[in-house]
Amino acid sequence: MNLGPYAAFIVAAYSLTLAVVAVLIAWVLLDYRAQQKILADLEARGMARRSEVSR
Amino acid sequence: MEWIALANPSRFLGLAERLLPWLVGATALAFAAGLYAAFFVAPEDYQQGQTVRIMFIHVPGAWLGMLGWAIMSVAALGTLVWRHPLADVAQKTAAPLGAAFTFVCLITGALWGRPMWGTYWVWDARLTSVLVLFLMYLGLIALWRAIEDPSRAARAAAVLTLVGAINLPIIKFSVDWWNTLHQPASLLRLGTPTIHPAILVPLLIMVVAFTLLFFTLYVSAMRNEILRRRVRTLRLLQAQAARGF
Repeated sequence: MNLGPYAAFIVAAYSLTLAVVAVLIAWVLLDYRAQQKILADLEARGMARRSEVSR
Repeated sequence: MEWIALANPSRFLGLAERLLPWLVGATALAFAAGLYAAFFVAPEDYQQGQTVRIMFIHVPGAWLGMLGWAIMSVAALGTLVWRHPLADVAQKTAAPLGAAFTFVCLITGALWGRPMWGTYWVWDARLTSVLVLFLMYLGLIALWRAIEDPSRAARAAAVLTLVGAINLPIIKFSVDWWNTLHQPASLLRLGTPTIHPAILVPLLIMVVAFTLLFFTLYVSAMRNEILRRRVRTLRLLQAQAARGF
């Protein structure tokens, strides 16, 4: 489709928005993996919260 | 199950696991419909031409920037009144999301303003109050990082959040209270929206899509923060065990 004489502004706006959304998605995914890995390491060393021990 | 039962972090994690696949699917479908409508259904604006398509991302960015602070304000009450740890989590995780969407609003607004107004930026009341919102988000994120104890950080952040909530009506009504270059409200106003349905419907679909994206990210980020707090607890227990307590 023809975006007219201001196509560069439209493409830049959508590209920057896509970049921000991509960063947010990467942030939550990578953070989730990191926290799960640390938790698994700690639990492998025998660490557990008191509420879990008492169950 | 009463709604208050969901305020238990373990129950929240279970709910998040069940909810997230549906949220991801709904977000993808809404964006597919929204982007199709924005580029292939909505006509050019009679004055703004094709640049009106920037509105389909600019308006949702503005909406979510303000929604983020509104959610943090409600959560701040949960922190200060009930001192609930899940309220702290809800406060903390909304801040980076709100900041990101406020940034989207500012940057797309600048890219829309240049061809339509002849400038990327003017210090008018609407633009300046949204910039203040963005700076307040950054200040809040810095505050969370500066205080190590999560419950102390939550109380300090809650006070700042509630004070900062004054900016929300200022942003909303800035175009009515002051003479601004920014156009007056065309969606959330008394009476019917001033936008033609051919452009309004795609805009509303994009608002729904971005809102679903926000809540997908929000639930994910809250889940991560709960896990981070569990890590912190285990590390403290590990340190106590190492000292022989």
